[in-house]
Amino acid sequence: MSEASPVTGLAPIEDMGGKAQPLLRVDGLTKHFPVRGGLFGARKTVRAVDDVSFNIGKGETVGIVGESGCGKSTTARLLMHLMDRDAGEIIFDGRQVGHEISLRELRRGMQMVFQDSYASLNPRLTIEESIAFGPKVHGMADGAARALARELLGKVGLRPETFANRYPHEISGGQRQRVNIARALALSPRLVILDEAVSALDKSVEAQVLNLLMDLKREFGLTYLFISHDLNVINYISDRVLVMYLGEVVELGPVEQVWAKPAHPYTRALLAAMPSSDPDRRTEVPPLSGDPPNPIDPPAGCRFHTRCPFAEAPCSNVAPRLTELDTMGHQAACHMAIPRSGHSRAPAA
Amino acid sequence: MNDSALQAAPPANARGYWATVGRRIVRDKVSMVCVAILLLIFLSALLAPYLHLADPYQGSMIRRLRHIGTPNYPLGTDELGRDMLARLIYGGRLSLLIGISPVILAFSIGTMLGLIAGYVGGWVNTAIMRTIDVFYAFPSVLLAIAISGALGAGITNSIVSLTIVFVPQITRVAESVTTGVRNRDFVEAARASGANAFTIMRAHMLGNVLGPIFVYATGLISVSMILAAGLSFLGLGTKPPEPEWGLMLNTLRTAIYVNPWVAALPGVMIFAVSICFNLLSDGLRSAMDIRS
Amino acid sequence: MLSYAARRMVYAIPIIIGVALVCFMLVHITPGDPLVAVLPADASQELAQQLRTAYGFDKPLPVQFGLWLWRAVNGDLGSSIATGRPVLAEVLRAVSNTVTLAIAAAIIGFSLGLFFGLVAGYFRDTWIDKIATSIAIAGVSVPHYWLGMVLVIIFSVELNWLPAVGAGPSGSGAWAWDWAHIRFLILPAITTSVIPMGIITRTVRALTGDILSQDFVEALRAKGLRETQVFRHVLKNAAPTALAVMGLQLGYMLGGSILIETVFSWPGSGLLLNSAIFQRDLPLLQGTILVLAMFFVILNLVVDIAQAAIDPRIKRG
Repeated sequence: MSEASPVTGLAPIEDMGGKAQPLLRVDGLTKHFPVRGGLFGARKTVRAVDDVSFNIGKGETVGIVGESGCGKSTTARLLMHLMDRDAGEIIFDGRQVGHEISLRELRRGMQMVFQDSYASLNPRLTIEESIAFGPKVHGMADGAARALARELLGKVGLRPETFANRYPHEISGGQRQRVNIARALALSPRLVILDEAVSALDKSVEAQVLNLLMDLKREFGLTYLFISHDLNVINYISDRVLVMYLGEVVELGPVEQVWAKPAHPYTRALLAAMPSSDPDRRTEVPPLSGDPPNPIDPPAGCRFHTRCPFAEAPCSNVAPRLTELDTMGHQAACHMAIPRSGHSRAPAA
Repeated sequence: MNDSALQAAPPANARGYWATVGRRIVRDKVSMVCVAILLLIFLSALLAPYLHLADPYQGSMIRRLRHIGTPNYPLGTDELGRDMLARLIYGGRLSLLIGISPVILAFSIGTMLGLIAGYVGGWVNTAIMRTIDVFYAFPSVLLAIAISGALGAGITNSIVSLTIVFVPQITRVAESVTTGVRNRDFVEAARASGANAFTIMRAHMLGNVLGPIFVYATGLISVSMILAAGLSFLGLGTKPPEPEWGLMLNTLRTAIYVNPWVAALPGVMIFAVSICFNLLSDGLRSAMDIRS
Repeated sequence: MLSYAARRMVYAIPIIIGVALVCFMLVHITPGDPLVAVLPADASQELAQQLRTAYGFDKPLPVQFGLWLWRAVNGDLGSSIATGRPVLAEVLRAVSNTVTLAIAAAIIGFSLGLFFGLVAGYFRDTWIDKIATSIAIAGVSVPHYWLGMVLVIIFSVELNWLPAVGAGPSGSGAWAWDWAHIRFLILPAITTSVIPMGIITRTVRALTGDILSQDFVEALRAKGLRETQVFRHVLKNAAPTALAVMGLQLGYMLGGSILIETVFSWPGSGLLLNSAIFQRDLPLLQGTILVLAMFFVILNLVVDIAQAAIDPRIKRG
């Protein structure tokens, strides 16, 4: 890979507040979709994302994990402002979006890689044109943007001479996802959201792309929000993890803590269902049974109680709040972890 | 990371979408025959003054309604003794103008409306599409004649009325294609890059929606040729003594008992242009279906 | 099902009002004062003013539209300037002749289209398919008014088998289903049928191809079903859609009959429209178009609902 960098990209947006300030602060993020039922049916809502809060520190990789339909991808689109949120605050490096930082500027600071590598590239544009589009939107001249695109192709491990003038359908899925990464990097972002970015790839290609992502993170000083349903991948790449269930965060914390001592029965079930090569990692936790309840009509109380083997009276009445479990930031929303919650397994205060 | 498998790409035949479509259509015999016929009709109409034809306006009472094959009048003469060959070739000028320009106008307006309705969505979509629905609720012949009849005869009025007939049809196609494309991830990615709606429509949407709309418009030319000539046939388009196929059919109608086959000639021209555009539209559609 | 029908009808109301508005505006896009059309050439200033008030032309446009629409709903479409008779009566009398023509054409177009389509779909990519498809493309590409002329040239001028113009031997309007009258119907009906024939051929060909490629047909064949029975099965599955397409085509034929009726001097709504245009009889023009457009809207609605009733998978909207 070329060491010399004759091409200058866009200047990344300025760091505010230093290392201590989270790069992204999300507070009470909520999105409900109205759905129409029947002819004169009452309007119902899907609670896709419900009161989700978390921070992403500078240089960190935060993973979001959960079953499909749990609101992971909606969260990503809300953060990118591709969708209007109903409530909640998104604060980028201490600056409120729309006030202290414009949407346009935010989109240089924050980029996204989508799951479907083919659908996320315009089939009528060459790869070089696709990567160069973003910088041109932000005022870069055509020639400079194309040079940058070729430079970035090299950075993601694709020879520019071979690939620059190709069309998306002419290259493989892994190569396309590298192009999508290059396209995201073209705006010199500080935060990259990877929404199931490796899920559609073959296992061997997936590993290559994950390693590429780790290299790029180091080289460009990036921060990642990594969304996946695959716990192995999350474990491999993340520093911290958020577990989502039906639009809510049920557990979060450093990935080692959560993996070693999962506090929420949902997390435990997910981990139990995880294919592992280690025979010692057998748990006695029963696997998840049944489908997730309909998010149009989420159960009252704890949303997981309909599938939870430990459900008791308080679970179906009171929604548990995220509660600190230790001093390392490990939190869970489960009555079994909340002192004096009324659950028989709740810790004594 | 620089492993050889990664750099392995299919053979270097990098070619744009339209180049591929072009190559496929050139290989389609039926389409190429249609293109040849259309080119012949277009070019002869365009170059008519240089083809040493008889004067299409100069009649003569003594040589009216000569039969096909009469010396010096290979296609006979019309009811006023004017040379049919010259009038058919010159007739292409107005006939093609009034037949094709409504589709070009409607293509521009309809694509724009459909793109806006499909991309912006919401109440803008509702406003545009519900208005379109009203015009769509008329049979096209009836709407064309209603507007032409109200506006009065004339070339401009005929073009205007046919444009109004075709805009809703093209808008509908454009809107549905746009709606399909706008939900694809690359449009989201373009939004995520900070581009505004106008830039996204121009740089990302247009190239993806133009193909199907173009195919549809090509097919519409077939209908438009028939309707435009039909308006002239009814006396709502061109006025005599201009050579125009529909009008010629009308004025020659009185002569069908005298010289029937000469009277039918202008219709052959309309038919030829109409069927060629229809076949070309079919050819384009299958050429654009790249997956096959 | 009922709720679907109800919803479709509710959705049709704004369309109907919009269609009425377009018809209303026709008079107002005509160059010049709409009053000129109804005014005798030597009218006095007072008479002009009187008529202006009588027609409501002195009121603002939305009010005029409201009044006009109210009268139209009550069956009052004004009077023809040329004949002085009520427009609605004139139109309905003419429409009945157009309906006769359209139904005859529909029967021809539907049977031929169904036949060509089934055969083309069944023998897909053979020479039979090519011939049937060519006929279909010719059907939708031919200027039908010219085809009418050609048929007149062949069957009236050259062979002298069938009459060239009119709708009956006596010249009087009364239609009867006897040979003396049907002779007059044959050429215009064939001419009118070519477009629906082409469209139905294409539709049925595609449907047949789809049905034959489905698994259940393979299963039927594997069960030892004879080809004629397979054919019947295809017919049963393709017929509802073909009928729906035909229903819509019936609407196009009713609304678009002006060219063919002009060629054959068929005394229907199209010929009425033609004379309204050239006599600048604006109330008649407006009324005819309104009635024909409403026919079309209602027919569309009926076809939509009927299709949903036949095929429960269709629950659009």
